[in-house]
Amino acid sequence: MDNYVIEMLHITKEFAGFKANDDITLQLKKGEIHALLGENGAGKSTLMSVLFGLYQAEKGKILKNGEEVTINNPNDANRLGIGMVHQHFKLVEIFTVLENIILGVEPNAMGVLQKKDARKKVIELSKQYGLQVDPDAIIENISVGMQQRVEILKMLYRNNEILIFDEPTAVLTPQEIDELIEIMRGFAKEGKSILFITHKLNEIMSVADRCTVLRKGKYMGTVEIKDTTKEELSRMMVGRDVSFKVQKDEPNIGEVLLSVKNITMPSKINKKNAVKDVSFDVKAGEIVCLAGIEGNGQSEVISAITGLERVKEGTVTLAGKDITKLNIREKTKTGLSHIPEDRHKHGLVLDYSLEENMVLQRYWQPRFQHNGFIKKKEMRDYTEGLIKQYDIRSGHGPTSSARGMSGGNQQKAIIARELDKEHELLIAVQPTRGLDVGAIEFIHKQLVATRDAGKGVLLMSFELDEVMNISDRILVMYEGEIVGELNPKDTTVQELGLYMSGAKRSRKEKGHAK
Amino acid sequence: MQNNKNSSKLKMQASRIMKSKGMGSFTATLLAILLGLLFGFIVMLIASPANSFNGFLTMLTGGFGRLGDVFYFATPILMTGLSVGFAFKMGLFNIGASGQYTFGMFFALYVGMMWKLPTGIHWIACILAGMIGGMLWGFIPGLLKATMNVNEVITSIMFNYIGMYLVDMFVTNNASMYVPNLTRTGYLPTTAQLPSLGVPNSNVNVSVILAIVIAIILYIVLNKTTFGYELKATGFNKHASKYAGMNDTRNTILTMIIAGGLAGLGGAFAILAPTGITGSSMTYEPINVIAANGFNGIAVALLGSSNPVGIIFSALFVSHIQRGGTQVSSFFGYKPEIIDVVIAVIIYFSAFAMIMSSAVGRLLKKRSRKEAVKELEQTLSSEDDSLKEKTEV
Repeated sequence: MDNYVIEMLHITKEFAGFKANDDITLQLKKGEIHALLGENGAGKSTLMSVLFGLYQAEKGKILKNGEEVTINNPNDANRLGIGMVHQHFKLVEIFTVLENIILGVEPNAMGVLQKKDARKKVIELSKQYGLQVDPDAIIENISVGMQQRVEILKMLYRNNEILIFDEPTAVLTPQEIDELIEIMRGFAKEGKSILFITHKLNEIMSVADRCTVLRKGKYMGTVEIKDTTKEELSRMMVGRDVSFKVQKDEPNIGEVLLSVKNITMPSKINKKNAVKDVSFDVKAGEIVCLAGIEGNGQSEVISAITGLERVKEGTVTLAGKDITKLNIREKTKTGLSHIPEDRHKHGLVLDYSLEENMVLQRYWQPRFQHNGFIKKKEMRDYTEGLIKQYDIRSGHGPTSSARGMSGGNQQKAIIARELDKEHELLIAVQPTRGLDVGAIEFIHKQLVATRDAGKGVLLMSFELDEVMNISDRILVMYEGEIVGELNPKDTTVQELGLYMSGAKRSRKEKGHAK
Repeated sequence: MQNNKNSSKLKMQASRIMKSKGMGSFTATLLAILLGLLFGFIVMLIASPANSFNGFLTMLTGGFGRLGDVFYFATPILMTGLSVGFAFKMGLFNIGASGQYTFGMFFALYVGMMWKLPTGIHWIACILAGMIGGMLWGFIPGLLKATMNVNEVITSIMFNYIGMYLVDMFVTNNASMYVPNLTRTGYLPTTAQLPSLGVPNSNVNVSVILAIVIAIILYIVLNKTTFGYELKATGFNKHASKYAGMNDTRNTILTMIIAGGLAGLGGAFAILAPTGITGSSMTYEPINVIAANGFNGIAVALLGSSNPVGIIFSALFVSHIQRGGTQVSSFFGYKPEIIDVVIAVIIYFSAFAMIMSSAVGRLLKKRSRKEAVKELEQTLSSEDDSLKEKTEV
């Protein structure tokens, strides 16, 4: 018993009668890396919020080094040495790295800020743990990876012994992930204890010592990583077998469907071009993936094709028709389906019901309207059909408010809408972002099925596993150019990472590549 | 523990009832009105404590004795309320209802006085002219908004002034419309006046029926047609409507034209009304004042939650309070200005309380959404994971 630094015993937390955490026990040993695994909504965040003092559990207790403690707010947690790196960083964008690190615990003499000592301590810490940062850089100017290091330094500066990482790898490149894993191992060696929240099994297998699995608010067990497999973990997490390898045959590639020629797009944040003279094709029956680190022009390429932004230079041809200057409705009619990057901003009208959202791209078709009056019954029947076909779950069926649906089901609804409508080319932008393995599996199957039906698929994704598993061809973008065209069968994640970080390039973006 | 469970169950049931959409906004409106009345009472209490209770009672009930007038005075603000509410459904804030209203008045007056048309057609032509006048004054801010993204609030405020001064100028310069020694326009020919409903001692006329019919038509347009679907989609989420290929430019202009037309109709209904004295009618006084009915329309729209049917009732409520108020000043020795203040306090507190309660309602909704989501044991995507939001605290 004595070697546990933190024990959360039989924690139950209810929300209006629903148990978000039902008798969950989590025991963290000193110096271990402990993974907390579960689907979205399994109760991981609730459990961490209880540990962090944001919620009070109805039942159960928390022990620190064997003694019971009460944690009523994050300050209590901090005093007990618990620190957390949130998935979305909590940094003041316009402050420097140093100012962010000392925020809340500013050293001062009579109210006057004493930065000198703080700076010394930060520099020492960053050297000690290999966390390279420039203390005087402004947060908004540094990379996401460095921002994360700032968050980690914040915990170290406060002498936290228990470090919680909430999905820390979601925003990182493979190289950065490797670095982070090294850093985490270093902490563990120092005797710090790490709680690592994730739903990526590979990372758990490579870094964690033990893993606690939650499913639907219930405790599924704690396992030693060395005694388990990926398959077993996923079975514990989802409750059934999940296939990680997407089942797909060789592509049956047909004619060129989408042809992008010499596209240039302006940047929204500065005067440079976000996309520089980019050309590529997507053929019928293949899945082409635009890979790259966020902000290297992929979104702008997609906007140019879908018409969300006006094309500055270049042409877009779909099924032999120049669609560069067509409005969005005309593009839709030409055969474009689009699963947008931001499902809340573009994909759904959240204040509309599910059925109203299902006809968002089609309400004007004779099937759904007569003389300008919407056919409510047709709309409802249609939606009910899609709900069955795509297993969209919601509280009140077609009349549920889109806002009240879970992220996974919102995404399923969009996918159902876009796939069911007549289309030649499907553009899927981060279709699985934030979804759990079950939903991801479903969406991947749909993408492959679309391809096998002879349609073209243009996928944009930051998830490297997805890129490698799904696509037939990978186009890597770096700083607004396509720097590499790779076949996922002949490449590795590491090589892909090198292209993404700009360390390697093979394709001169000039003229029209095949 | 058992107690706890029961109370949480009760809470859930209560919140289910509150969650039903219509019920929610209805109770919110009632609460808002009560709050407004309370503040109105406080003002009366301060102004004259002795008369405050009876005065306040008269204010609440006085309108019932003069129902004809309640309907008569409700008509213009019903129309401006519809104007503001309709534009608001598309996310546009039409603060220019006053200017559109004034322009509608002028167009209706002009056709009424300057054109000779047969009986039975004349007043209809005047109404249509008023609508066109308002449409014109709505069209320009709409065009500027749609093509150059000029904020419609700014343009329509400016258009209130431009419209008012232009109309004052047109009226005073027109010798056959203006009666200089009375500083107002002359009476309309009877052919141009709206048919009265024949309620004794009241100006109430056919326009109130037209206004209610228009409100119902708007309700149908908003809820049953593709145009209404597009409009609301744009109002809720303009990015999604763009993604869905809706024509934002066209819809913005069209919405402002319709909103302008509604306010213009309000102006026409107000000016074309016959008065109690046979042969006389309402007149326009060019006194460089922006029509208050336009601004009252904002309060009416807010109080009616921008729902056309709700606006019918909120217009009647506002009109009712105003009628009661005029009686208070004549019977209880309150200065008319104080009564105006009280009326304004009631209307605006009601409307603002409405905004506040809807903000509170949204918060509650968000909470209950979180709970509902969990209730269904469904998964929340990581980026909108509500729990993470909490962790941000």
